[in-house]
Amino acid sequence: MNDELMAIEAARRLSNDTVCFVGIGLPSTAANLARATHAPDCVLIYESGTIGAKPDELPLSIGDGELAETADAVVSVPEMFAYWLQGGRIDVGFLGAAQIDRHGNLNSTVIGPYDSPTVRLPGGGGAPEIATNVRDVFVMLKQTPRAFVERLDFCTSVGDRVRVVVTDLGVLEPRDGELTLTYVHPGVRVDDVRAATGWELRVAEDVDETQAPTNDELRALRALRTKGDA
Amino acid sequence: MAEIVSLADAISALVRDGDTVALEGFTHLIPHAAGHEIIRQRRRELALIRMTPDVVYDQLIGAGCARSLTFSWGGNPGVGSLHRLRDAVENGWPRPLELVEHSHAGMAAAWAAGASNLPFGVLRGYRGTDLPAPATVTCPFTGEELAAVPAHRPDVGIVHAQRADRKGNVQLWGILGVQKETVLASARALVTVEEVVDELQPTPGAIVIPNWVIDAVAVVPRGAHPSYAHGYYDRDNAFYKQWDEISRERETFTQWLDEHVHAKVPA
Repeated sequence: MNDELMAIEAARRLSNDTVCFVGIGLPSTAANLARATHAPDCVLIYESGTIGAKPDELPLSIGDGELAETADAVVSVPEMFAYWLQGGRIDVGFLGAAQIDRHGNLNSTVIGPYDSPTVRLPGGGGAPEIATNVRDVFVMLKQTPRAFVERLDFCTSVGDRVRVVVTDLGVLEPRDGELTLTYVHPGVRVDDVRAATGWELRVAEDVDETQAPTNDELRALRALRTKGDA
Repeated sequence: MAEIVSLADAISALVRDGDTVALEGFTHLIPHAAGHEIIRQRRRELALIRMTPDVVYDQLIGAGCARSLTFSWGGNPGVGSLHRLRDAVENGWPRPLELVEHSHAGMAAAWAAGASNLPFGVLRGYRGTDLPAPATVTCPFTGEELAAVPAHRPDVGIVHAQRADRKGNVQLWGILGVQKETVLASARALVTVEEVVDELQPTPGAIVIPNWVIDAVAVVPRGAHPSYAHGYYDRDNAFYKQWDEISRERETFTQWLDEHVHAKVPA
């Protein structure tokens, strides 16, 4: 259910004319949900080179065949990163991470020291350049004190363009350069969010509640989730 | 000029201990069978390159073939960690692995530079991160400071493709990844294919890599499995999920390697 809330809240923030760069997992779920509901013309770009992919089911990997079959264009990976991402043609980029700090900087590289890590994570992939070449970065991340940290173990991508962080507890947006709690999900208390944050969380005076998922949103989401989204 | 040979002969002739080797494939057309043949022939001290090392690189690393890995994202897509890669980095098993880490954009630029016979690639990248650009250059026209990455120039580049003709011209389509760049950037190039046909029929989105930039073509049906070959078979998502279990412990991994790689007759 928390995953569903996150996907639905992120999907609502995409519009019909958004061109978005999508990673696998929750971002892919959110973007395809937007396409299945209020934003049918939203353009989905997967970094594997598929532009305008329209999968019926959620892919497990960014390279599933259905993405290429349904795409408006398939380009090579160097072209994707040079012409399309660096070219400034993408509005929204989704990122996830193992850690985030109050400025929206993200770590998806290591936990512990780089040269002798406690946990070696997969690494940055597209994130370093997505974070600096799209107009708006959307982050989706479960909110825990281990993930929302005072200090990152490693900065994989910078937070300058992070516009929103959608978590399982609510929504954070930058205000005066610091991520600030602006919404809580229905039934979540502000103190719950504070307790799940590893820094002293700034809370907006006008903190509001997100709209509960509608039946239409839930139906569309569950119809998508038949294959991937492990 | 490409010769059509067996996979075992191709690996034996082209891949040497200590070589820099790239088996590329961006989630599609990943040359798994060629990787298994490298493991079977017990190549050692390889400097591996790949943007997205996944299951076959986990196998090569766990089998002790690699001394270093140049990469930008090392995971099991949609599933989680690569346990053999992690064991090598975190515990040095079966041997320590040196990491040379990039972003995707940096790796893509390094491939394009290698294919272009340039010494380095240039991009607007690595900004503000703890992952430093290998170097920077100043644009001679605008003064902008840009990231520079050394070109990839492997000794051997290996990719999988859908088909070749009898002269060894190779055709591939679907997600193109960095297949063409890998062949062009490498001193020696091997392409495994699903089949050899009399004539390459035009196919939407297909590219052709001409035989005179390829050293060897080996016919290996299902040579990308559990990855996929667009138009031939689908990605075996179930295997990617199973790999998480198989690879988690050294013992189950070693047993799998013995049964499914070492005990298999070469293609």
